[in-house]
Amino acid sequence: MDHDAGTDAPAVLDGEGVRRRDFINIAAVSAAGVGGLTVLYPLISQMAPSADVLAESSTEVDISAIQPGQAIKTVFRKQPVFVRNLTAGEIEAANAVDAASLRDPQTLKERTKEGHENWLITMGVCTHLGCIPMGPFDGGTVLGEFGGYFCPCHGSHYDTAARVRKGPAPKNLEVPEYEFTSDTVVKIG
Amino acid sequence: MSFPWANEYKPSHPFMVWMDEKLPLPRLVYNAVGGGYEVPRNINYMWNFGFLAGLCLVIQIVTGVVLAMHYGGNTAVAFDSTEHIMRDVNWGWMLRYGHANGAAAFFAVIYLHIFRGFYYGSYKAPREMIWLLGVVIFLLMMATAFMGYVLPWGQMSYWAAQVITGLFSAIPLIGDPLKEWLLGGFAPGNATLNRFFSLHFLLPFVILGVVILHVWALHIPGSSNPTGVEVKSESDTLPFYPYFVAKDGWTIGVFMLIYGAFVFFMPNALGHPDNYIPANPMQTPAHIVPEWYFWPFYAILRSFTQNFLMFDAKLLGVLAMFAAILVWFFLPWLDKSPVRSATYRPLYRKFFWALVIDVLILGYLGGMPAEQPYILIAQLATMYYFLHFLVIVPIVSSIERPEPLPFSITESVLGTDGQAHLGPQG
Repeated sequence: MDHDAGTDAPAVLDGEGVRRRDFINIAAVSAAGVGGLTVLYPLISQMAPSADVLAESSTEVDISAIQPGQAIKTVFRKQPVFVRNLTAGEIEAANAVDAASLRDPQTLKERTKEGHENWLITMGVCTHLGCIPMGPFDGGTVLGEFGGYFCPCHGSHYDTAARVRKGPAPKNLEVPEYEFTSDTVVKIG
Repeated sequence: MSFPWANEYKPSHPFMVWMDEKLPLPRLVYNAVGGGYEVPRNINYMWNFGFLAGLCLVIQIVTGVVLAMHYGGNTAVAFDSTEHIMRDVNWGWMLRYGHANGAAAFFAVIYLHIFRGFYYGSYKAPREMIWLLGVVIFLLMMATAFMGYVLPWGQMSYWAAQVITGLFSAIPLIGDPLKEWLLGGFAPGNATLNRFFSLHFLLPFVILGVVILHVWALHIPGSSNPTGVEVKSESDTLPFYPYFVAKDGWTIGVFMLIYGAFVFFMPNALGHPDNYIPANPMQTPAHIVPEWYFWPFYAILRSFTQNFLMFDAKLLGVLAMFAAILVWFFLPWLDKSPVRSATYRPLYRKFFWALVIDVLILGYLGGMPAEQPYILIAQLATMYYFLHFLVIVPIVSSIERPEPLPFSITESVLGTDGQAHLGPQG
């Protein structure tokens, strides 16, 4: 019962070809669809980290006061970073493990800078669900079964190279980008 | 469903007659929760928790809207504004304790409501859609409760946000960008708190919308009942008003006594003292636990400690935790027994109680530290949980010999039903 059909071209009366209103229909729906998706993008993107959050600069840390066996907790991008001065025994313990047998196989050497193997610098964010593991800065009594760090939330144990050895964490504590600007100053980020 | 014998809405006042012609809202209400809704006469007290859940939602919305008038969703002021509510705002302490304990009450009521469904087979045809919408409501409640818990910006708030958004980073490839997108940063911060406040305000109204769909879907087949036998005749039902409104009123009284006891006499019994310490991104509390109503699921999350095949332990834990609820969506099709009520299913009834015990054990373990022997017990309990839904329920439903059902609801109540002698067509 299309009243406009009579005014269209004869081919349309036979039910063939593209009618004018078919074109208008597809064009209008497409424009609305593309327009809708275009609006969706900023609505989703606005939730991503904003410019001021992204603009957080690098952090310089003075490590001169950290004695072997000690560690500090500092801040990088509003997240904790562990800077730990390993003792000779802790280095030995880390190197005594066959790295290939680990869940996230890495050697202590790969996780430290050449010439500064005693400086273990990692993010203080458990790779399980983001808690801060406990370490020497918490009184030194809770270091986990492998003498490194222990996450109290879900029981992940890290060794003296901050590698995960036990518990649910899938990866070793992340080593951030950093460099030694002098023997006593580290620039993180 | 409107049974043929249901009372019809008959407005008498001229204004109500006029209203009924223009906008039959009173008619809708009358047929939904008034004298026009016929309910099986034999429903027991386990059928009161739906109404109570609705009351809890109203309590949460009312207290929540007024709390939002005094709260500031910014990391600089959130903790202090919460204390301002507690100390300075007139009756602020009551509103906040009412809201926090109201959330706990809501979950207590909803768990009883859900397990009523497990026991009496309320999820079975023709009520699958009611069940599915109910699971959606439960998921929305969990999201809402979690975001609400973050708002006071205490230590537990902060670390709950860190841990729960950390769940999403378990997803391969897109996990970390997704987590940053959810947080609006690399760690929970002002962007996180502000959006959680916005969503925490919005979601209860989404829940309200799904509750309306839940009740709508309920009214198509009508309420279930403890026998699981469908309504056959007028003698099987009574109108919702006044009979069940009065009965719900009685349980509201009991509920209010318990809820009031918590709000006024032990308002922090279910909370955690660490949440009265302002959020500190540099210090994780030694023992992070969610609120008690998340404990069973938290125990399932933590019970995965070893990598399996190509999946790491963290991803498995997260998948299992979500699967523990998502499996409920499939329950109407996993349970093939045509008999609804466990009253007539001797074997299923035993396994129902085993599930109750299993969930209670999981709940206990979820509140304990992540140490042995708790982890091992949680692993066994998690295994049993999934075994129940995926193996035991389907097998029991096919091998079980149910006990004879009563002819009708009336017969189950009175011991006899005159219609039962008329023949099988009922």
